[in-house]
Amino acid sequence: MKKYCLIIIVLLLACNQEKNNNNISDIVVKTEESKAETVDLIVYDYNTLEPLLNKKDGKVYVINFWATWCAPCVKELPYFETLNKEYQSKNVEVILVSLDFPKQYEKKLKPFIVNKNLISRVVALNDVDSNTWIPKVNKDWSGAIPATLIYKNDKRAFYEKSFNLEELKKEVNKFLN
Amino acid sequence: MKKTVKLMLLTAIVFGVWSFTKTEKAIDNGYKVGDYVKDFKLENIDGKMVSMSDFEKAKGFIITFTCNTCPYAVAYEDRIEALNKMYEEKGYPVIAIMPNNVKVKPEDGMKYMRARAEEKGFTFPYLMDEGQRVYPQFGATKTPHIYVVKKTDKGNMVKYIGAIDDNYQNADEVKNKYVEDAVNALLNGKEVDVTETKAIGCSIKV
Repeated sequence: MKKYCLIIIVLLLACNQEKNNNNISDIVVKTEESKAETVDLIVYDYNTLEPLLNKKDGKVYVINFWATWCAPCVKELPYFETLNKEYQSKNVEVILVSLDFPKQYEKKLKPFIVNKNLISRVVALNDVDSNTWIPKVNKDWSGAIPATLIYKNDKRAFYEKSFNLEELKKEVNKFLN
Repeated sequence: MKKTVKLMLLTAIVFGVWSFTKTEKAIDNGYKVGDYVKDFKLENIDGKMVSMSDFEKAKGFIITFTCNTCPYAVAYEDRIEALNKMYEEKGYPVIAIMPNNVKVKPEDGMKYMRARAEEKGFTFPYLMDEGQRVYPQFGATKTPHIYVVKKTDKGNMVKYIGAIDDNYQNADEVKNKYVEDAVNALLNGKEVDVTETKAIGCSIKV
């Protein structure tokens, strides 16, 4: 806490030299923005994303398709975060595939990752030809999000639905032995 | 005693399986290409009730499940309007239906639908799926979700299900205009080439 106070004071002083009318909330916003700029976001098209959906390394991958503008997606994100934390030791990894529009990467997606302190790996998928790639993820997917793919080697399950933590764990447990 | 327990177990299993298949079916239900669409009677933003049967001169319809709040649906608003301008006179008007539960998404309520329609100058009916009874019949899962139907002697037959085109981000970079191609084929008395497409959309809020 003391450290943060110190940082804010230093920032305050620094900013004061430029402009006297800055207030603390401005500075907090600014530091969040600059943090967001440092988020390293990898943007895939489907061809480059595909290997992530088809690894055969014995690990259980939980791939969640979401976007910051999708309310039910945002609601279930904490469950995926909890799962990632609690199941790390069980060789489970969560990957959050964002379908945000590219023009929102800087303005919305990156600040969201910072503000929510997301620990799971977040990647972005930018591929407009969804009619080609949606059936490749799963033939029954209509394209609605949220949607989740769970797989381990050749075993796969796909869910076009929202999860709560209990259901999510139950489905992932089916992949653990 | 044992028998009763066994019987109870059996009943439980039967019911379990039954209810499971029931929900599975519910997800899988909805119109497929070639099915006939049941008519609906839904309230338009002007307060009037609208059915497909009201359009005596229509040769078919471009039925669009859409809403105010989904960015994908918003990205297509102008293109939906353009479709109506292009095809209403030719006999394929757009009918837009808002399928979301307005308790979950208040910004999709009638008041907001009206405001959005005015703002964008929609020339097509924008109907509220009151009670959310119509979208499950279609099997719509998301916004936007399009059904092109053709009027026949036996009823309105589904000819195309899916996306408007293949680029939600940029209308200028579209390569395949799925809905236009389907309607053009039907207007020319031909069969639709691509009858189903997939696109990302916002799940319908229940």
